[in-house]
Amino acid sequence: MRIVFKTSYDADIRLFKHNAQAFWYLLLFAFAILLPFLVSDFLIGEATLVLIWAICGMGLMLLVGQTGQASLGHAAFMAVGAYSNVIYQLNFNMPFLLSFPLAGLTAGVAGALVALPTTRLHGIYLAIATLAISVLTEDIIIILEPITGGIAGIFAPDIEIFGYTFNRYGNPVELYWLVLAITFIVIYAYRNILRSPTGRAFAAVRDSEVSAKAMGVNVARTKMVAFAISCTITGLGGALMGHFATVFTNETFNLIISITLLLIIVVGGLGTIHGAFFGSIVFVMLPLMISLTRDAVGSLTGSGSITIPGLESGIFGAILIGFILFEPMGLYGRWLKIRTYFELFPFYRKDMFRRQKSYLKTERTR
Amino acid sequence: MSLLELSNVTLRFGGLVAVNDVSFNVEEGEVFALVGPNGAGKSTIFNMISRFYTPAEGDILFEGKSILEKEAHEIPSMGIARTFQNIELFEQASVLQNLLVGRHTHRRSNFVADMVFTPFVRSEERAHREAVEHVIDFLDLQPYREKFIAGLPYGVRKVVEMGRALAIKPKLLLLDEPASGLSVEETQDVAFWIEDIKKVMGITVLMVEHDMHLVGAVSDRVMALADGRMLAIGSPQEVQNDPAVIEAYLGSDGMTDDGEAA
Repeated sequence: MRIVFKTSYDADIRLFKHNAQAFWYLLLFAFAILLPFLVSDFLIGEATLVLIWAICGMGLMLLVGQTGQASLGHAAFMAVGAYSNVIYQLNFNMPFLLSFPLAGLTAGVAGALVALPTTRLHGIYLAIATLAISVLTEDIIIILEPITGGIAGIFAPDIEIFGYTFNRYGNPVELYWLVLAITFIVIYAYRNILRSPTGRAFAAVRDSEVSAKAMGVNVARTKMVAFAISCTITGLGGALMGHFATVFTNETFNLIISITLLLIIVVGGLGTIHGAFFGSIVFVMLPLMISLTRDAVGSLTGSGSITIPGLESGIFGAILIGFILFEPMGLYGRWLKIRTYFELFPFYRKDMFRRQKSYLKTERTR
Repeated sequence: MSLLELSNVTLRFGGLVAVNDVSFNVEEGEVFALVGPNGAGKSTIFNMISRFYTPAEGDILFEGKSILEKEAHEIPSMGIARTFQNIELFEQASVLQNLLVGRHTHRRSNFVADMVFTPFVRSEERAHREAVEHVIDFLDLQPYREKFIAGLPYGVRKVVEMGRALAIKPKLLLLDEPASGLSVEETQDVAFWIEDIKKVMGITVLMVEHDMHLVGAVSDRVMALADGRMLAIGSPQEVQNDPAVIEAYLGSDGMTDDGEAA
């Protein structure tokens, strides 16, 4: 176990705890940048998808993991991001460099507006309200057919930056790097939030609203800010997803996607940036694994390829239930346990990560 | 002008009158204790001062201004900090982070600057940290700085909560049963700290406490309540010897012949 000797307050403000940690993360970033030289174009496409899901997941993570507000409607904000990005480009002739951040902002403003009435709700009621938003968005897309293309969908043009085009099929590697750069920016902003007063206000609202108020945190405003930032990030992810999918309809960002996002952050590990990445890796790789297994089983039994309808959703559901039952801290939590085991070897105790029983809570004053 | 003035404050929960026409003043620089049996309305008074409840009648003045038009989250920036009877810390955060939340009222940055982490945010963070370190030194919390609340013993949590309130740098500190659930030694520590909070930091203290030894040791004035009404107010000795207070705690003198309470 590493002991860090802190000689200034900056030691707790800096992004990395110590130089060794900085080294490993920079190595990971270097690996991510050099990945296209190591694997095939198909896998680069999958990696791009992982990054896009991770961006969307980070958006939801900020809301659920950091601020403790449930949302079953985040696909709606992906849709806002995706549609507004393409509409800004097609109808207003904006370049990607302008339409992309604007799309994020649009989703953020939409999120803040949704937060105005819904953040008065708690727990399951908030979840149901956001669920309604998700369902409503699908209908709104159909109603706004003249600009959204309705059921027929909308075609996303190639991303173009200073005359250089990025296309999923034409140059997947460049698209991957672009998405990777955006991912870095989002991670950096997320980390900054965590180490600043905004992040602490989020945690305060998550752990005890009564106490947050008593510390001078404006709970309603903090929730609105959390919704706004969360939806901005998810909207940016949605905009990228729109370009990646090249064509999307009202059904692209449906309720299943909302639940998928929730699955990603729960399986990955709530409240951590790592969780969003672990979760999206599982989510993207799983269909691949299922189809590989299916082929293997098919060739083994000689019955050819078997298709079982609903198999994917079933396996996803089972994984989610398994994680909630056996590893509520998600994959990242499991990784932390394994790491601690080796760091403290042989002094690791089984109950080290057990959630402590919390003491009696003050009665709610509302 | 008193620091805090409650005048004819009444609060009802449906048919129950939790606080009935209570008036008292807390003067600057004193330690004022509220005592009384369970359900007397002590914590309810706290919750009215921190604006979780709104009194049906009466007014609450802080530094001469009514606080009733303020929202709960605006109270700390006026200079009123509080702790909770049953500890309301941010469980999934470290002691340091909990104390830093106490600095929230002194925050000058906004969320956009926070996201970019401008040099201004960084220098603010250093200033907050320095203020928090003073509190940590004051309460001897150094060994727990990086520890998560979820793993801390009850006594330490109590101290952390007091520290979080002190990080606000309030003029008035409301302590809701600072010694409940503490051992004898820990209670003695609390007594020393309350003395120091008053003398060294110059913070006025209003506290609810059941431990009469602690109340007697640290408080300048005491008010006794029962069933939402004021029974007596004065020095700890005066209140303890007041017949109405003795009756509220021990029952009336009307014993039956065989010595059992009537």
